[in-house]
Amino acid sequence: MSDIGLYARRLGDDALILGQRLCEWCSNAPVLEEDLALANTALDYLGRARLLLSYAGSFDGKSEDELAYLRGEREFENLLLMELPNGDFAFSMARQYLLDVYEGGFFAALAQSSDEQLAAIAGKAAKEVAYHLRRSAEWLRRLGLGTDESNARTQAALDELWGYTAELFEMDALEERLAAAGVAVDRRALEADWRAQVTRAITEAGLQVPETAWSVRGGREGVHTEYLGHLLSELQYLQRAHPGLSW
Amino acid sequence: MAETTEDLEQAFEAKIAAEEKIEPKDWMPEAYRKNLVRQMSQHAHSEVIGMQPEGNWLTRAPTLKRKCILLAKIQDEGGHGLYLYSATETLGVSREELIDALHEGRAKYASIFNYPSLTWADIGAIGWLVDGAAIVNQISLQRTSYGPYARAMVRICKEESFHQRQGYEIMVELARGSDAQKAMAQDALNRWWWPSLMMFGPHDAESAHSAQSMLWKIKRQSNDDLRQKFVDQTVPQAEAIGLRIPDDALVWNEARGHYDFGEIDWDEFQRVIRGDGLCNRQRLRHHKQAHDDGAWVREAMAAYAAREENV
Ligand SMILES: [Fe+2]
Ligand SMILES: [Fe+2]
Repeated sequence: MSDIGLYARRLGDDALILGQRLCEWCSNAPVLEEDLALANTALDYLGRARLLLSYAGSFDGKSEDELAYLRGEREFENLLLMELPNGDFAFSMARQYLLDVYEGGFFAALAQSSDEQLAAIAGKAAKEVAYHLRRSAEWLRRLGLGTDESNARTQAALDELWGYTAELFEMDALEERLAAAGVAVDRRALEADWRAQVTRAITEAGLQVPETAWSVRGGREGVHTEYLGHLLSELQYLQRAHPGLSW
Repeated sequence: MAETTEDLEQAFEAKIAAEEKIEPKDWMPEAYRKNLVRQMSQHAHSEVIGMQPEGNWLTRAPTLKRKCILLAKIQDEGGHGLYLYSATETLGVSREELIDALHEGRAKYASIFNYPSLTWADIGAIGWLVDGAAIVNQISLQRTSYGPYARAMVRICKEESFHQRQGYEIMVELARGSDAQKAMAQDALNRWWWPSLMMFGPHDAESAHSAQSMLWKIKRQSNDDLRQKFVDQTVPQAEAIGLRIPDDALVWNEARGHYDFGEIDWDEFQRVIRGDGLCNRQRLRHHKQAHDDGAWVREAMAAYAAREENV
């Protein structure tokens, strides 16, 4: 597969894996309105996954479903944050907030890509992310400033999530090559703005920026948490049990 | 001039007779109000509880396209729940009270959701049959006498035809698929057919609330008439894709211009309502668990809203 195909595929993996996680909220949200809003967010991610995986597949004649349903754990290259189990509502919302700020910067930059397809997909994604961010930023404030319990839960969520955020701003050889060619986003360049924006919001929500000593990485190399395999077994079950059929 | 209760009753009856809608501010008999709260909240709870059997296959949907369609469909159902809770609230009960009543077993939801969704074909069967039956009922309810309920039904019916279609499309695809897929489709039809017929409720003569509801025009067509309509429209759809309706008595009656069909197992109907369905306890537990798990979030929302007001 070409560099651009591989790049589109990993971005598709990001969207697919978080989209799948968000589906798990269905019928489990704290209020009905929030169930619907989470479904909306999930639909945005899954729609984006379809566009990116279709594009990735177009380079070597694979369908979006072949890429989503027939690859194993080591072939997925999503960022680790996407695959972490949902946890409680504070964990899901804190993750969403951290990612929304990241994706805001990321898709704004990717919309300038020299690859027209990626730029078009990113333009659409940027609009979705702007909406997601309004919501998750609002939730961060609400939970941070709500009750002692909501504050404590959100703080615990941030503390746990923090060690997975370093990976958002690291580049590998593939992305270096593509960034030099004007195709990919240089993610290192997103970090300073992200840190400033996130620090402000966390502080204004009465929460502490975590001082976590640990950080983990590996998603872009296909080295994942143990959670991903279980997510994939569920996602891929029917295609694996009945290979090659049309649904 | 002070109006007597008798005057008010007469004005109410006159409105009903003239096919005018009763609105929240209008006077209405207490029994009419109660009857509506019962039916509308049951309807709202059904939309929401119905998210569970379909949600059961959301993370396992066989293609990304099917997953997106199913999620959009389930999201619609949650939205229907919202419209209906809001419409019920115009009768002076809060959503919180309605949910408490559900959790304490004082309010019901459609008993069909006490059946398990075991295979992917069940998602097809639910959309095709369960939504199909719901549509027949809801089209009729667009003419119900309570304004907010009627308007909620108009909105809901606009979205329902997509639900039925997505379910039928799943069945079409399975019915022309592999032997295993065909068997999966037939098995789902076998299990969901009779419960779908039960959705319309007991025969007219035995229906506890029917007669009064018809007089008040809350209900516009009888259970048996609606059931017949559903059978008539669904049998050809099954034939078109080579699936067999599991009813030996099913036959076209030229003289009546309708299908004749077999008797429903009313013992099973009663048993499942009373608690002997595979999923009765699971459905309620799931709903209560999500609600309880979310209590701290709702408290935080309230605390934050109060804080913002004081700023
Ligand atoms: Fe509905
Ligand atoms: Fe529906």
